[in-house]
Amino acid sequence: MARAVVERGGRRIELTHLLWFRRAIRGRWIQWLVAIFMLAGFVLAILAGLFGTPVGSRNFGVIFVWIVWWAALIALLVPVTGRLWCSVCPLPLPGEWLQRRALIRVRPGRRLHTLGLKWPRTLRNIWLQNGVFLGVALFSAVILTHPRVTALVMGGYALAAILLSLLFERRVFCRFVCPVGGFIGLYSMVAPLELRVKNPAVCRAHKTKDCCTGNENGYGCPWMLYPGKLERNTYCGLCGECVRTCPLDNVAINLRTPGADLAPRVGERRLDEAYKGLIMLTSALLYSAVFLGPWAGVKEAAYNVFTLPWLGYAIGFLVANLLVVPGLLLGAVALGRRLGRTGDQPLRQSFVEYAYALVPLGLAAWVAFSLSFVLINLSYAWPLLSDPFGWGWDLFGTATMPWTPYFSGLVPTLQVAVLLAGLVVAVNVVFKIGSTHAARVRAALPVAGFCSLVTGGFLWLYLG
Amino acid sequence: MAPNPSHLAFVGTLVLALALGALAAPAGAEDGSDRVVHITARSFAFDPEIVRVNRGDRVVIELESVDATHGIFLDGYELSAKAEPGHPAQLVFAADKTGSFRFRCSVACGNLHPFMIGQLKVGRNLPLQRALVALAVVTVGAVWFYGTRSGRKGRAPD
Ligand code: SF4
Ligand code: SF4
Ligand SMILES: [Cu+2]
Repeated sequence: MARAVVERGGRRIELTHLLWFRRAIRGRWIQWLVAIFMLAGFVLAILAGLFGTPVGSRNFGVIFVWIVWWAALIALLVPVTGRLWCSVCPLPLPGEWLQRRALIRVRPGRRLHTLGLKWPRTLRNIWLQNGVFLGVALFSAVILTHPRVTALVMGGYALAAILLSLLFERRVFCRFVCPVGGFIGLYSMVAPLELRVKNPAVCRAHKTKDCCTGNENGYGCPWMLYPGKLERNTYCGLCGECVRTCPLDNVAINLRTPGADLAPRVGERRLDEAYKGLIMLTSALLYSAVFLGPWAGVKEAAYNVFTLPWLGYAIGFLVANLLVVPGLLLGAVALGRRLGRTGDQPLRQSFVEYAYALVPLGLAAWVAFSLSFVLINLSYAWPLLSDPFGWGWDLFGTATMPWTPYFSGLVPTLQVAVLLAGLVVAVNVVFKIGSTHAARVRAALPVAGFCSLVTGGFLWLYLG
Repeated sequence: MAPNPSHLAFVGTLVLALALGALAAPAGAEDGSDRVVHITARSFAFDPEIVRVNRGDRVVIELESVDATHGIFLDGYELSAKAEPGHPAQLVFAADKTGSFRFRCSVACGNLHPFMIGQLKVGRNLPLQRALVALAVVTVGAVWFYGTRSGRKGRAPD
């Protein structure tokens, strides 16, 4: 029987209270099998990218990475399970095996085989992830369409993950470098799933803190967290080690109110994360215009990298992400402060706090964006199951299945529904934030207006 | 002073009523005529990129490929055709749904193929107008709902 815990605001249902669930996590096997399956798919994607057909839509690498995996991740896994993907992600797996010199079981001694360097202080944030994401985004028209480039980017990530695991402690790559990890973390705050300690007081009193150091049942937190202080999902990779190591059985995985981490004053509020929210929102907007719009000239500019038109596109992309949209939000926040007789909180802090309202908005935008290409292009995947390299194989007899867009007439309606739902949540967050530091509720109106305006922009792009 | 959300709600409702009234109004005389639209396809673009017809038109799209085999798939109408260089194809249909519909290349023609997209606009874009009205309703509704809630709960003394 699952137990409902009412604590720290909001209802929670503890899943780890279920014996089979606890056993499944402590046993390691299920997680390991799924991860191996993902690793096999990942290796196949890289091989297909390198040696298969150069035509993107006929190559397993391109279709399974950018359509199947991407859409499943952003439209399903992240909104519903937060960072659960990170617990089976193939990228850090080889590095972690090397560090542990073990595939599944915990090795006695548990010392990690790595130089164990500390990650530099100045990089202990997600600015690097913001930068890598933007850098990759500038080349996305090429990466998304060229199997070889997709394979090189994926392989590059994997190599970086291995290298960093040999040099630095634990999962430095996931926590501070992986550009995908950056937005998974941000959007995982929306998910109705969390890992938290049951009673923080128990942790405070516990001297050995096995969850940080590891013990014979598992490793110390690979994400360099102290579970006793977890308040948000952002940086917990749901790897389950602390569930295994805690001798006091104080770690729980809960179902909870979606978006609980977005309530003001839950955990820290940081400029790097605020910018992550802005960058993700702006990129969704620009991708929708560039890739789904009817303007071939823009597509060609984005595609012909290192030419003059591309340079213009790249500069425009960066300016929109780093200056224009943040500037609009800043303007809205500043206006709100005038309307709202805000206390003496600095403008920068208001800006950072309000930026978290863009989390549900941006997630909805990415779901809407994904809907438009996943339903249209999913059928490219079926032949590739039989012929991943495009070499004329037919393993399962699906090789000749034709391209068939699914529900093309329904897509816009679904997009409207998703976008409006995201807006409602965003407005809710906006007013919660406003009520914590302004004398008047109307302080929140301009930011709510900003959210509505952005949503209108998406509606125009998808339906206009 | 409270922001007076009921005032806001009143203004919002007024705006909405006007907007809905405008949408409900008859869409104007759009009796169909015969329209022949010539579209040229090359890797990776359609020319013209945006095609406009009236609602009720009997549309003939003539697709001509100039470089490789391309196709056309019309979202929403779910029609498709394929054209090789020198062998134009035709798509014949009645434009009975209003709004903006993407059409895309249906033959894997190269790297940018999945993004080879154009737009067919039929009549007045009612779906977009309805969506924008829904946006206004949702915005005003959410602002009113959450605004009054946080106004009651968490307001610091004035
Ligand atoms: S081992 Fe358990 S009780 Fe101890 S600090 Fe970690 S989570 Fe808390
Ligand atoms: S807090 Fe626990 S589940 Fe989360 S990353 Fe650390 S050890 Fe893994
Ligand atoms: Cu084509």
